[in-house]
Amino acid sequence: MSAADALGHGHARDVDPYLLGRGGGHGSGQAVATGRGAGGPASKTVVVAYGFWLFLLSDIVLFSCLFAAHAVLQTATADGPAGHELFKPANIAIETACLLVSSFTCGMSAVACGVRNLVWTQVALLVTGLLGVAFLALEANDFAELVAQGFGPQRSAFLSSFFAVVGCHGLHVSAGLLWLGTMMAQIVVKGFRADILRRMLCFNLFWHVLDIIWVALFTIVYLIGEGR
Amino acid sequence: MPPPFAQQQERNNVFGKLTWDAVPWSQPIPLVAGGIVIAAVLAVVLWVIVRGYLPYLWNEWITSVDHKRIGVMYLLLALLMLLRGFIDALMMRSQQALAYHAAGYLPPEHFDQIFSAHGTIMIFFAAMPLVIGLMNLVVPLQLGVRDVAFPTLNSTSFWLTATGALLVNLSLVIGEFARTGWLPYPPLSETTYLPGVGVDYYLWALQISGVGTLMTGINFVTTILKIRAPGMTYMRMPMFCWTALAANLLIIAAFPVLTATLAMLILDRYLGFHFFTNEAGGNMMMFINLIWAWGHPEVYILVLPAFGIFSEVISTFSGKPLFGYRSMVAATLFICLVSFTVWLHHFFTMGAGGDVNAVFGIATSIIAVGTGVKVYNWMFTMYGGRIRYATPMLWSVGFIVTFIIGGMTGVLLAVPPADFQLHNSLFLVAHFHNVIIGGVLFAGFAGITYWFPKAFGFRLHEGWGKVAFWCALIGFYVTFVPLYIAGLLGMTRRLQHYEVAAWRPWVLIAGIGIIILLVGAIAQIIQLVVSIRQRDALRDETGDPWDGRSLEWATASPPPAFNFAVLPNVGGEEPYWQIKQRAIESQQMAPEPAYKAIEVPRNSPTGFITAFFATITGFALIWHIWWLVAVGIAAAYAVFVWFAWRDVAEYEIPAEEVARIDRARRAARQQWLAANAPAGGPA
Repeated sequence: MSAADALGHGHARDVDPYLLGRGGGHGSGQAVATGRGAGGPASKTVVVAYGFWLFLLSDIVLFSCLFAAHAVLQTATADGPAGHELFKPANIAIETACLLVSSFTCGMSAVACGVRNLVWTQVALLVTGLLGVAFLALEANDFAELVAQGFGPQRSAFLSSFFAVVGCHGLHVSAGLLWLGTMMAQIVVKGFRADILRRMLCFNLFWHVLDIIWVALFTIVYLIGEGR
Repeated sequence: MPPPFAQQQERNNVFGKLTWDAVPWSQPIPLVAGGIVIAAVLAVVLWVIVRGYLPYLWNEWITSVDHKRIGVMYLLLALLMLLRGFIDALMMRSQQALAYHAAGYLPPEHFDQIFSAHGTIMIFFAAMPLVIGLMNLVVPLQLGVRDVAFPTLNSTSFWLTATGALLVNLSLVIGEFARTGWLPYPPLSETTYLPGVGVDYYLWALQISGVGTLMTGINFVTTILKIRAPGMTYMRMPMFCWTALAANLLIIAAFPVLTATLAMLILDRYLGFHFFTNEAGGNMMMFINLIWAWGHPEVYILVLPAFGIFSEVISTFSGKPLFGYRSMVAATLFICLVSFTVWLHHFFTMGAGGDVNAVFGIATSIIAVGTGVKVYNWMFTMYGGRIRYATPMLWSVGFIVTFIIGGMTGVLLAVPPADFQLHNSLFLVAHFHNVIIGGVLFAGFAGITYWFPKAFGFRLHEGWGKVAFWCALIGFYVTFVPLYIAGLLGMTRRLQHYEVAAWRPWVLIAGIGIIILLVGAIAQIIQLVVSIRQRDALRDETGDPWDGRSLEWATASPPPAFNFAVLPNVGGEEPYWQIKQRAIESQQMAPEPAYKAIEVPRNSPTGFITAFFATITGFALIWHIWWLVAVGIAAAYAVFVWFAWRDVAEYEIPAEEVARIDRARRAARQQWLAANAPAGGPA
């Protein structure tokens, strides 16, 4: 107990060198936590990131429903075209490349943020955003072509689910771009404040999860779709 | 596809599909009802403005991010919507009482809207706010902390739920509500069969309030897993926190399914997609599967917190720790998990085949084991206890008996061959009312009576509470036992009129039952009024009116904004009981702590403004007013950025103020300690 008393708030780093939120909670009588909540409330970074992860998990559940619907309806082409007649592998490869590289640059923005380098943070975010815009433009172009050929979502249940699942991912990317722009403005105006850093952390998580979803989408919609 | 003329007209109208004809001028019932509601709302608003309460309301409630205030607002919404849903129930019962060989007084298209609105309102806007309200009020207090993880998000959740409720009620006077039942099964819910705005009201009300519920789930799981008082390990958390955790995990896993499913139906209705249509390869059974993949966990989202409330109440009023705490935790998590594996029992008649039906039938029977464990634990908690039959305890005992019956009829329905006979009959209707009224609603009333003094500083009137309980209990049986029988006699649900003589007496008895329930509802309202008038006599001075055992009773009633002047150090299960026993034994309280300044989140209108624009956006989407949709979404984004731009999120309550507030609480406790020297707890 005496050792625990000696480790007050000022020494929270010693107890919790990686800022995982153990120990140092306000009102805490026990600075050394056992890891099952005995240390009192977690740090704000942990709370925010944890909550955001839960949101992302719920978002993944949402996508899983769309994937399930697509799996059910993939063959319901209603005498219309099937996936392998419509998909252009080259376009999809470029889209995938854009997104994966943007995930890398997004990670670079986190690194730059970590060392508080304003210029490189902004550059990395800008490149991430431009790659995102490129991805969206390519996707919108694909969609427009399909619709122009008369293969819009109204054509068949298969195309309905295709447009819904790919479009939902596209909507997420669009929302991410809005967020990205807002973050760039906030970093300029507010600097690397604690709450801004937490938001950057969440944005990074969001952007990487969009990538994870794209990988699943690529597999379920395009790879399996090519085979059917 | 609507005919070209309608489309043309819609395009020419600035307000989309909205015209003066949307108001049901020719239908006296909704018109008069709507008129009365609008008049009542206007009268309340006028009264608030004239008496100068508006700043108080805005500063202390509407923009409050305090979990206790938000909890109270949730409960208020729940009770209002409960009343609204109950009026629907009265209309349905009276219509069926009259409509034997007759048309009754409600035309079919109106009757269909009423049963749809009844189910929707009761589940989404009465039961859900009831349990979420109680979780808001109690969970942070029981965990011994100052607030939930994301206070502003919490306020936004509430206001988005209120938006959903508002949209559903708006459909009473502007346009119509869905005529599909509480779950809009396609193809009926597609535009081919229901081109009107009814289904759209349903869809957008639920999408908006569903976002609010999802955020509540995220908020509470984060709170319970990451923000607890020092020493509050998992196996020391009160049972209500455990059930709240399970329910919120279910929200996170299940509500996105609802959002996705309704989004697909929206795409079908608005953009001509073919997810669930008859044509172009649509698959309507996919809707039924998806909606129940959400819908069955939803049942447990409601009833698990109810189990938690009963665990708290039964333990407190039996004067004993909860029997089998660990098995209770295990049973809760077991139910949480298995609730995702039983959804198909809602449509055995789909024809998935004997093997599939058997799997889901067995899973459904197995889930009852978890509930059985809980029932035995409650009974063993009471066994050998010194039971006090205060109102919350009455509700709990009433629940145990009623819920066992409901559970057994549920297991009966889980047998596929039996279900083929009883599917969509009044037997089913009686079953789910049995578990939802006997489980969730009784828990809501038990919880409200139990925690009311914590929220407001005075108890509810016991006499009127008991009247309400007995009316509800007897009224429930007189209403729903006849419906079980009518169901066994073959009467299906949602009948606007009928010709079978054998059903008639049971329908009439059910009509008498609902009058008893009405008396109970009136008794509840009288209880509230009488309690407020006699609040000085019912005052809770110590903050521990029931001789409680968990941390919410360690602070004052009502608690200060910061809940606890110093976060309690938890040393075991039932931390407050330990503190209390130590104080009684040693005849002195723990020494006064060193008070420090406390940071509390600032109030924020973000939630209210977001909900305001969500209402506008939802309304515009329902009526196809596209420019207004764009305005609403742009404004919502602007609010988001504006909120993100604020610099000061918290304010500080100085140490002297904390000390002043806490010393008052300590003085009251000290007085109580002196008055109740060696034996027992407070009266």
